[in-house]
Parts: sequence; structure tokens; C-alpha cells
Amino acid sequence: MWKTILRRFLIMIPEVIILSILVFLLAKAMPGDPFTGSINPKADPAQIHHLMKINGLYDPWYQQYWNWVVHLFHGDLGNSYQYQEPVTRLIGGRAGNTLWLALFTMILTYAFALPMGVYAGRHEGKLPDTIIRVYTYVTYCIPFFVILVIGIWIFGYVLGWFPTTGSISSDASGWLHTFGSRFYHILLPGLLGALFGTVNIVQYLRSEVIDSKHSDYVRTARSKGVPSKDIYRHHIFRNSLLPIAAFAGYSITGLLNGSIFTETVFSYPGMGLLFVNSISFRDYTVITALVLIYGILNLIGTLLSDIILSIVDPRIRIQ
Amino acid sequence: MAENFEQHSDISAADLARLTQEAQAEATPSTAKIIWSEFKADKPAMAALIIIVGFILFVMIGALFINTPKMMETNIMGYFNQPFTADFWLGADSAGRSVAKQLIVGSRNSIGIAIGLTVISSTFGICWGLISGYFNGYIDWGMQRIYDFMMMLPMTMMIIVLVTIIPHYNSVTLTFIFSIFYWEGTSRLIRSRTLAESEKDYVAASKASGTSHWKIIFREIMPNISSLIIVDCTLSFAENIGVETGLSYLGFGLPSQTPSLGTMIANANDPNNITQYWWTWLPAALEIIILCLSISYVGQVLRRAADSSQRQGSVN
Repeated sequence: MWKTILRRFLIMIPEVIILSILVFLLAKAMPGDPFTGSINPKADPAQIHHLMKINGLYDPWYQQYWNWVVHLFHGDLGNSYQYQEPVTRLIGGRAGNTLWLALFTMILTYAFALPMGVYAGRHEGKLPDTIIRVYTYVTYCIPFFVILVIGIWIFGYVLGWFPTTGSISSDASGWLHTFGSRFYHILLPGLLGALFGTVNIVQYLRSEVIDSKHSDYVRTARSKGVPSKDIYRHHIFRNSLLPIAAFAGYSITGLLNGSIFTETVFSYPGMGLLFVNSISFRDYTVITALVLIYGILNLIGTLLSDIILSIVDPRIRIQ
Repeated sequence: MAENFEQHSDISAADLARLTQEAQAEATPSTAKIIWSEFKADKPAMAALIIIVGFILFVMIGALFINTPKMMETNIMGYFNQPFTADFWLGADSAGRSVAKQLIVGSRNSIGIAIGLTVISSTFGICWGLISGYFNGYIDWGMQRIYDFMMMLPMTMMIIVLVTIIPHYNSVTLTFIFSIFYWEGTSRLIRSRTLAESEKDYVAASKASGTSHWKIIFREIMPNISSLIIVDCTLSFAENIGVETGLSYLGFGLPSQTPSLGTMIANANDPNNITQYWWTWLPAALEIIILCLSISYVGQVLRRAADSSQRQGSVN
């Protein structure tokens, strides 16, 4: 078991190194430089040249990369050219918003998907099962950003139930009010994400329940006279819980990738929106840092899922 | 043929005809026949198929009659023209451009890219999966590590970075950029099926009789998993419509002078547009929803046709 986890970690290291080089080179290859646009239009070209020089932008790429890595290990990701602020502080301020939203969406997804999956599996082939299957299928097919736009239109603008921008209202004071306001702002994106992201969990749980319905331990429980409600709640559901928990890692990956869309639609100041803004300002330092963070979070999510799955199912351990 | 046959055997011509008929009735019907009967049995699926084919033909042909640069010219007189009028069936946007015409050209572009992306990424994914699954061992190990690495990349971000690097891109370059990142799903599916398939006896027999690897892979294993490939291509086509439109929506897909369903939905980013001038973006959003649902529904029917235990239609 530990060997498997150790191997997975060892495989991770070269992946992260290659990713960092790739990201660094891609950011360097982006056209334009961070200074031409940001200083006033009358700025002397010589001054820009000087700025480029003291920021090390004329060095060969491997030297720039090496400097970047050395700084990285000192917890210094450089300064954002656009915000004139250290990147670590800039991202640190936004990361919370993104992660809270992702966590909230995930909890809601499980809250919707677990009962649906068990119910569909229990009533296999009957009307509720068909309805749930059609529901998951429809929600899965529609591109998520379309749902977000239509959702914000109906519930944010037409009905006016939810705020349409930001992560907190400007007049929030006191911790209770602050918390309430934050929660109110993530409610709509969280609900939409959860309602339209149930498909994997529901399908997996459904087939798991159908499989275990005919297994020996369920038959034993039945013959002992355990009520059918308890069989589903305690026996079948418990057994399927661990592989279902493994989906959490993968769904973090999906939610992070979706955060670019969610945050753009809702003008929610998280890492995804920061990325979109930084791209238009050619803010290399922020772009590289964000792609690297997202890559590493993806990796950790997948790793987590793989470890849980390999505990459950010894067949998939790496030899 | 029948007379010739009669000379050597005592089966009469009538019997022969009857036997042939019986054999035909018992033989497994052809894939096309199965799929067709499946569609005939399922009326909504038929409707979905007609919607897709009709719509794609309509936008492909319709877009030929529209002069795109002229359509994209600003026309002050049409500023946010109301929909359902003689000149503007679906109204006009902030620059007075007809939404209906943009919708036709935009659909052509978006569907075209989705088709191109499906063809390129599926071909690559299928080859990758077949090779990786067939050659177990070091080749598979290496290919799996590359696959893992690709899975770890934050896809949307990488595509946006690549799009900003390339100075003059058009729909073809865009399709290739997307294809770099969208072959993984197909390759994983094909690989797992190939792994199972290469354990089977016919592969072992073919190997023993000295058939070359490539022939086994592409002439023997691939035809055997062709139904899976068809289903997967259809489903990824539905997904790929969302890929281009999503990035165009963010502003990193097709350039703004090339209409796309995504750029039209991006009209909704303006708080005024989203409520007051709903016709600038809602038709495009609804079109994507209907298209994606229809295509995936057809995919579901194909999947059913591929699995004999789930079929609803009866052949003959």
C-alpha cells in the first residue's frame, strides 16, 4: 500500500518539473511586454528598456527560469506588474474565494447526488429511476457556461433573488453579516454547479447499488430480517461510500477548471477571474503562478482519488 | 449457380431458396440495419436525428448566401432593433447587425470547428488508445505517463495561453490547439477496451500465424470495437460544441469579427444586454442546448444499438 503511494509521489516530481518549465516558456512566448501598456504613453523607450533590464527580462530563458525556481522555494513568486503587489499576496487573497466556492459546490453536489443515486438504484427500471437518469443525462449534455448565463439571467436579473457580481456586499460588517453575505454570493453559482454536476456520482452509485442488491451479504441481511430501509442505509450505502468519496478528488479538478467560467459569469473575484484578467494585461508572473497552482491542485486531486481507489480495489495498484 | 448446385446435391431449387431465406433471417443483421431499426423504434431519437441533420445542412448552405464581412459592418440605423420585424427576424445587436444572420454564420463556424475537433482528436485518441492497449509493457507505461501528464494540465488555462501566443490564428489553428488537449477521454476508453480485446483468442491466433502488429491492431482489433468508436465520436461531438463556444464566450476563441455561438452568448456579459436586449444572446444559448441534447440523444441510441441486450427496435 505505502509502496503504491510512494511510487505515485515519485512520478509526480518529474511531472511538476516539466509543467513548470512548460508554463514558464509559454508565458515568456506571449507577445508584448508587461511595461509598454502600463506606464503612461509618453514614457521614454529607454526607460522601458531599463525596466526590462533590471527585471531580468533580457537574460537567457534558463537563467530566468532558474531565478524563478530559486525565488519560488523562498516563497517569492515575484511581483504582479498589473497590481504592483507580490503575487503570493495577490493569489492568497483570491484563493480563499475559489476554494470556498469549490468546497461548497462539492458538498451540495454530494447532498443532491447521494440520495438520487441510492434511490435510482433501489427502484431500478421504474419511473423514479427513469426520471433521475433523464435528469442526469440532460444536465450532463448542456455546456456548463450556458447554464451559468441562463441561471444568472433568470435568478439574478429577472427574478432578482441573488447577487450578480462580487463575493461580498460592500456594506457587510460584523462577522455574522460578513459570513451571511459571502454565503449569499456563492449560493447561486454553488447551486447551479451542484445541480448540473451530479452525473458521475449518481451513475456510479446507482450501478453500485444494483450490483450489491444481489450480493451475498445483502441476502444474508435480508434473511435475518433486517428491514429493507436499513439494508440500503447501513449495508449497501456504507459499502459504496469509499469509492464515492474517491470521486471528490476528481471533482475538485473539474470544479477548478470550471471556476474560470463560473467566476467570469458571476464576476466573482477568485483565481479564475484573476487569470482571465491577467491574460489581457500580459501579467506573466501571475499567469505562470496560477497555471502552476492549478496544475498542482489537479495533481493532488487525482492523487487523492487514486490512493482512495487503490485502497478499495487492489487490482488498480501500480506494480 | 442453382443448377450447378443441383448437379452435385439432392437439394431441390425450392428447398435451396427456402434455406437461403432462413439463413438470411437468422444471420446477424448488418450494423446499419440495426441502427436504422433502433431509430425507427424510438420516435424522439428520429426527431433528434432530423433536427441535427436538417439544422447542419441549413446553416452550412445558408451561410454560403451570407456575405460575412458585409454582415459584420456596423449599421447605426439598426441599433438594437426589436426582434420579429421584417428586416431583422431576431433583432439586431448593439452595432445594428442582424442576429439571425450572425446566428447562421456563427453556427456554421461553431459546428465546423466541433466537427474538425472531433475528427482530429478522436483519430489521435483512437490510435493512441489502440497502440497503448495492444503493446502492453514499456510502450504502454511510457504512453500512460504522457497521458497522466496531459490530464494534469489545467486545460482551459493552457488553451487560453496558447491562443494568446499565436499571433494570427483562425478557425483551423484553433481546431488544432483544441485537439492537443481533447484526446484523453477517447484514448482512455479505447485503451481499456483494447486491453480486454488483446487477451482474446483471435488475437493470439493471429499473432501465432505471424500477422504483423499493425495489421492486428488496425484490421482486426479496431473493427471489433468499431461500435464503441462510433458511440464515443458522437458523444464527444456533443461535448466539443461546448469547447469552442465556451472559449469564444470568454473571448479567447474565434476572433471577434468571426461570429460564433460563443461570442454571441458573450453579449450577455453586459448587464444591460442580458435583460433588456435578450434577443442578442438567448437564441444562441437555446440553440446550443437543443443541439447538444439532440446529438447526445442520438449517441445514446447508437450506444443502445451497439449493446444487443438494450435494443428496443426489432430488425425485420
